[in-house]
Amino acid sequence: MKKSDLIKFYKQMLLIRRFEEKTGELILKGEIKTPCHLCIGQEAVAVGVCSALDKQDYVFSNHRGHGHYLAKGGDIKKLMAEIFCKETGCSYGRGGSMHIIAREQGFMGSAPIVAGTVSLALGAALALKIKMEKRVSVSFFGDGATGEGVLYESLNFSALKKLPLIFVCENNLYSTHLPIRECRPDIGIFKIAQPFGIKAFQIDGNDVLKIYETAKKAKKMCLVSKGPVFIECLTYRQSGHVGPNDRIQSENKDIRPKREVEAWKKKDPVKRIRNLIIDKKVLESQKLEKIEKEIEKEVEEAYKFAKSSPICKKEEINKYVFNQE
Amino acid sequence: MSLTKNKISYSLAINQALIQLIKSDGSIVLLGQGVKSPWYVGNTSRDLVKRFGEKRVIDTPVSENAVTGIGLGLALAGSRAVVVHPRMDFMLYAMDPIINQAANWNYMYGGGIKVPLVIWGIINRGGEQGAQHSQALYGIFSHIPGLKVVMPSNPYDAKGLMISAVYDNNPVIFIDDRWLYNLEQEVPEEIYRVPIGKAEIKREGKDITIVSASYMLNESLKASDELNKKGIYPEVIDLKTIKPLDADLILKSVKKTGRLLIADASWKSFGVSSEISALVSENALSSLKAPVKRLCLYDAPAPASSQLEKAYYLTKDDIIREVKNILK
Repeated sequence: MKKSDLIKFYKQMLLIRRFEEKTGELILKGEIKTPCHLCIGQEAVAVGVCSALDKQDYVFSNHRGHGHYLAKGGDIKKLMAEIFCKETGCSYGRGGSMHIIAREQGFMGSAPIVAGTVSLALGAALALKIKMEKRVSVSFFGDGATGEGVLYESLNFSALKKLPLIFVCENNLYSTHLPIRECRPDIGIFKIAQPFGIKAFQIDGNDVLKIYETAKKAKKMCLVSKGPVFIECLTYRQSGHVGPNDRIQSENKDIRPKREVEAWKKKDPVKRIRNLIIDKKVLESQKLEKIEKEIEKEVEEAYKFAKSSPICKKEEINKYVFNQE
Repeated sequence: MSLTKNKISYSLAINQALIQLIKSDGSIVLLGQGVKSPWYVGNTSRDLVKRFGEKRVIDTPVSENAVTGIGLGLALAGSRAVVVHPRMDFMLYAMDPIINQAANWNYMYGGGIKVPLVIWGIINRGGEQGAQHSQALYGIFSHIPGLKVVMPSNPYDAKGLMISAVYDNNPVIFIDDRWLYNLEQEVPEEIYRVPIGKAEIKREGKDITIVSASYMLNESLKASDELNKKGIYPEVIDLKTIKPLDADLILKSVKKTGRLLIADASWKSFGVSSEISALVSENALSSLKAPVKRLCLYDAPAPASSQLEKAYYLTKDDIIREVKNILK
């Protein structure tokens, strides 16, 4: 691993972390109203996978998509403005946190219907295959998506057609409130891909280097018609299902054992990469602190941009029902 | 432009549209269950795989949800996709990609996104097929903002509307009816478009306006011809597009005739006929000389028994009877 890669990973992961923390803070202050599914604790998956991709590769995302958007190169100001539901947002205030897009970066859209964008990623992969383009399509989804039938239809079809597609399952152990052991008889999700002859990996979802290596390998396989590939990343969301914690909806709604939350915080992916940088003497902590300040400034500027942006115009309520082109 | 014409059936008019489209535009992909089969989609997909190969014409497993989403993904990645559901009852498995995804995609990201996706559902009623092989579900899709719904009644429109649907940058639900597949008409051999959103007066008249589409339009025409012999002159409107509805043409006609019969071969409650009736009561009530009447299917699932089927489906005779009642 190159030193510059380690720093790049850390910067991106920290940017996502600070962005999500700021968002959580603004939710509690009442400045943000749109439901936000924060990805605090899961930053390594977004950064590890997207770092293995090129700008032209496609990504389709789900409700917990801020990290995917930023890791794929989406504009941070437009993201914050969208979360403020402003006209300057990446979706012009029509989408909110759950419908974000940065097509110029290959981030094709996020949507909150569980498993709803998986087949869309297949279609984009099929388009690449038909045009014989050397690119891949990636579908991010959570462990909850394994309860939806369309995922199995998609595994079958993509294997049948050998699509250049990477399934990335972020297994954070909870489907909204329900622990995985109450959702599935066998918690090893990667196994669902195997009956279709799809190469499947189960990896540490808090280890950005491992994720990056695996995603790179997956992309390589896809480009020589050995796709699709399935990657299950074992991770944990440190925030609530929606919002900074599950208490904001009413008193003490977090059903997760405190010990479990604390244990996972010790495996925090952002701290891990930071410690690695210090241990390997890639950068001294003074320089790291400088980077950290710059990132905080970037998030603060995004907030200022969003807050001062104009709101949507009432008279444009019907404007985008149909594409007029 | 003078067009060469050939007399072909409704199903072969669709076939011709698909052949010409796929041949002329490398970005068009057709997929769905049965495009290789000699019977599933009638002869609408005749020779397509042979001509264009399995990369452009893809027969799929019965996975309606995923396959429709794949169509949307193709469209978002720059292809023009046509997804066929040979029995539209099975299309209900694809409600998420159609309604949550395709219909909303342009709006929810603030515009500028092309969704060139045709979702083609075939109504396949009659022949004692019963409740799950007979449904005419266009009312459901017409309810959804962001979707266009077209229903051609003849070979000319079938070809022209398929071409328009494929070149539209919004998701279009194209619905045809197997009962029309053998209907023949002269059709231009060239590529041409029938505009989406425009209805057409098929018979000019003065006594009553009859509005219908697809298979039912042909029953309305037969009824009109018989009524003419008795000195009754209905104005018959072919909707062609259900959504966006050509409100102007309907209102203009009703203002002229003062009477309206909506003959719609689907269920009555909360359906297309309800919408047209509401349109007229909101905008042309003072022109009406008689209450608006609706001739629709019973609010009941399709029966299998052929005796019950005869009672269930509508024909020209029902239209003639209803028109005479209104004019009494």
